[in-house]
Amino acid sequence: MSRSKLERCLKTTLAFSLLWCAVTKADTLNGSIDKGRYLASAGDCVACHTAVRGKPFAGGLPLETPIGTIYSTNITPDPDTGIGAYTYEDFVKAVQGGVAKDGHALYPAMPYVSYARVTDDDMRSLYDYFTRGVPPVRQTNRKDDVAWPLNVRWPLHLWRLLFVRAPLKTRPTSTQANDKQLARGAYLVEGLGHCGACHTPRAITMQEKALSFSDGSSFLSGGALLGGWQAPSLQGDISDGLGNWSQQEVAQFLLTGRTARTDAFGSMEEVIYNSTQYLTADDASAIAQYLKAIPRTPSPGYAVPQTSARTSFDTLGNLRINSNGARVYVDNCMACHRSNGQGYSVAFPALAGNAALNGDTTEPIIRLVLAGSMSRGTRLTPASFYMPSFGWRLSNADVADVVNFIRQKPADTSFEATEETVAKIRSRLDTQTPK
Amino acid sequence: MTTRKKPVDVVLVGFGWTGAIMAMEMTEAGLNVVALERGDMQDTATAAIYPRVIDELAYSIRGKLFQDLSKETVTFRHRPDDVAVPYRQQGAILLGNGVGGAGFHWNGLTWRPLPSDLKLRSHYTERYGARFIPVDMTIADFPVAYADLEPFFTQFENVAGVSGKAGNIGGRIMAGGNRFEGPRSSEYPLPPLKNVYGDTVFAQAAEDSGYQPFSIPAANASQPYTNPYGVRMGPCNFCGFCEGYGCYMYAKASPQSTILPVLIMRPNFELRTRAHVTRVNLDASRRQATGVTYVDAQGTQVEQPARIVILTAFQLHNVRLLLLSGIGTPYDPATGHGVVGKNFAYQMLSSVNVALPASTEINPFIGSGAGGKSIDDFNGDNFDHGPVGFLGGSGIVHHRTGGRPIGQSAVPKGVPAWGSEWKRSVQQTYHRTLTIGTQGSVMSYRDAYLSLDPTYRDSFGQPLLRITFDWHDNDLKMCDFVTRKAEAIAQATKPTSYQTNPKKPGTRFDTRIYQSTHTTGGAIMGTTPANSVVNRYLQSWDVHNLFVTGASAFPQNFGYNPTGLVGALSYWAAKAIRSEYLRDPRPMVDA
Repeated sequence: MSRSKLERCLKTTLAFSLLWCAVTKADTLNGSIDKGRYLASAGDCVACHTAVRGKPFAGGLPLETPIGTIYSTNITPDPDTGIGAYTYEDFVKAVQGGVAKDGHALYPAMPYVSYARVTDDDMRSLYDYFTRGVPPVRQTNRKDDVAWPLNVRWPLHLWRLLFVRAPLKTRPTSTQANDKQLARGAYLVEGLGHCGACHTPRAITMQEKALSFSDGSSFLSGGALLGGWQAPSLQGDISDGLGNWSQQEVAQFLLTGRTARTDAFGSMEEVIYNSTQYLTADDASAIAQYLKAIPRTPSPGYAVPQTSARTSFDTLGNLRINSNGARVYVDNCMACHRSNGQGYSVAFPALAGNAALNGDTTEPIIRLVLAGSMSRGTRLTPASFYMPSFGWRLSNADVADVVNFIRQKPADTSFEATEETVAKIRSRLDTQTPK
Repeated sequence: MTTRKKPVDVVLVGFGWTGAIMAMEMTEAGLNVVALERGDMQDTATAAIYPRVIDELAYSIRGKLFQDLSKETVTFRHRPDDVAVPYRQQGAILLGNGVGGAGFHWNGLTWRPLPSDLKLRSHYTERYGARFIPVDMTIADFPVAYADLEPFFTQFENVAGVSGKAGNIGGRIMAGGNRFEGPRSSEYPLPPLKNVYGDTVFAQAAEDSGYQPFSIPAANASQPYTNPYGVRMGPCNFCGFCEGYGCYMYAKASPQSTILPVLIMRPNFELRTRAHVTRVNLDASRRQATGVTYVDAQGTQVEQPARIVILTAFQLHNVRLLLLSGIGTPYDPATGHGVVGKNFAYQMLSSVNVALPASTEINPFIGSGAGGKSIDDFNGDNFDHGPVGFLGGSGIVHHRTGGRPIGQSAVPKGVPAWGSEWKRSVQQTYHRTLTIGTQGSVMSYRDAYLSLDPTYRDSFGQPLLRITFDWHDNDLKMCDFVTRKAEAIAQATKPTSYQTNPKKPGTRFDTRIYQSTHTTGGAIMGTTPANSVVNRYLQSWDVHNLFVTGASAFPQNFGYNPTGLVGALSYWAAKAIRSEYLRDPRPMVDA
């Protein structure tokens, strides 16, 4: 072969190799970005890092915390106002370590404690997505509204050192990980899903009491009232956990927000709408399998008695209205939730026997009665269903009565709704900025 | 000054049932679709909020969801040499408005016409001879047969979640269904709605009289249902506030409850509300549509260019738009020439009010939009017309929609309409009154037609549509005949008394009392440009990229509610557009 021919041959081969590398790398990068997009939706980053009607991930959403209002930050790849200047190491340090690039500690409202569980591979994809897949937005972070001395950040480093144990990814998984699907479920629940951020009770110093089941029996045993909603226990208790949910129902709930017997509302409706509806069927099943494997721990607080779950509603079916609460139910709720409280499969949730009514606080139920609720369609279940508000036509006493009626009138009156409770919640609702 | 929008593939004028169906089909084919609706967005969460929606005064009496007649109405006259006057108050017809149109608040009765209804002229000619058909009766065959449309009836019924019991599956007559119906390929998607007590009384009387009553096919879901688009519906709870109201149970089939949740998410679909189309635009040759012009909410004139224009508004508005745009030759009753506006028809109704014994508890407030019982023995040509000397027929039904205090607590004739005597009468009759109704065909005639009014204009300055229509002897004779059959059934209920409300010969059409909004014709489908406005695929003979859906296509009306056929024809036309027209845009039928 002549020299020039050889040269040409080599150059062509090199060119093709470089092109092949570039194309493969681009493909790999695109694949990584796509994977990152999926993982970000599983992690529900958008829910906090996007303001109402704001640009995706540009921050600015106010978050009510016990120490004041904090505002989520811009995590688009804008170099000045976002994370455009972050290296991969910076990204890991923030998302998993809770320390920003400039060294300041993040408020634990950012669930870095859970995200510490995420593998390096997945972190790489998330990094690729946030730096290459998200459109950059120039938006300066808003100053938090936290009073001195709580707005001083360095104690958060202390908090981190005291309460955040070693990144979970180096610790054994909390269940026997023989079953691959179970391991995947554990990974998602304890990691990106950060379910414990709402569903695990917190100590007075605000850390989650347990980060996995091997960490403590309070893992996913139910959270505190936050923004008017309360995340229930996800343990295997029948009365207020997932005890009488099938694995299939749990997966269906994550994907659609609805089962034959219940409907998501409040903060969980948003989680489903923004995040879990986009899970693959396999991932939803894995989460369901893991949650169903958590043993039951009897929880404190009020549980609507299962055996007499139908009692109040039974009499309505025979047109016997024995109380003011029953009368209010008949005039307002019965059309959709029915005289036997069974609702209509998937369209309207059951009230009789619905564990969502349990718990030691009546605030979520009162909020639903006063303000109604929208159950938005998901990609698998496009129809939206709407519960109208009744606050405009019911007095505080009527609201308390009907809430007590559907909760089967607890013997311990400390669990009852009162006129005063309703009045307080009503005034709070009136002053809240509309969504 | 006219704003010009970016061209799209398809522009739809009006966004009710046929608009939603066409939008689904065309977006599925990958086209960019813009739907223009003159009214506002409305859906369950905004316009059917329980319990505020169950307000008879607002919705049934004051017509909250109906077209505002002060902005646009129609004019009526009986005969071509009368002067037409504007229809200023809600009466005989109740025109819809807004997203979903009347499909948002209709009752949901979803029938299929009989196979013979679609071949009316040839059927009567074959059975009774050509001379049986009066000379001034301009009935015609549909250019499409029941067998062609069967899969599309099924498609629409599955989307709408129709509750019913089939009477004829593949030629096999099924007990409990309508033995006269055309053969179906399958059972209804949902079982029939439960019977209210009145249904049981009527059905018993009908059976005692030798008939076989069946459940009315109802687009009110009898149980929770997920339709083929994946949209979930709730079940009807018999609230008694159906026609004229949005359904808060998500049970009544409407574009909102069956199609929109999926359609709205499609990136190639755009809905513009408060977009009032004033004209279809044509190119210089006047054989091709270039798009439409509309007025937006700010009063700005906007031009929307499009490859394909589909008129998916209500029947009357479709015809009016063709006339306003100068498409096709307007019909002239004097000469019989022209096609746009001809063969306008309606629906013929009568009733018998039955007062049952005092101990009866009818519970009239338990009502649904379309639940009930019917017999079809006197509908279509299901009986021998030879001896009776008229064409057409009626279904005889018991159809309990509710017991609302203002409109549905009627007292017997002679009782005052207010005061203590009225109250006493309501107390004595409300719980035991039952109505047997007849709903029948109206043929088309030379002198019943649509045109533009020479005097009256709408708020945009455009001439109103003028309806020239009166009852004709044939249909009054038919009504008289069937009413007497209904009366016999009424007698079989063993009432304490009954009151027949017939339409005697010579009755003039009265626009003041509500009857039905089943107006049909004006842009009829047919075999040639000389006898019709659109071909069998609803494609305009004159402008091949223009399609006109809806009951405007019917050459005459039959003894059933029109929506089932309207839905089926839309799916049928959509299939032809997708499989033929898009590949090769030209007239699909040789003129």
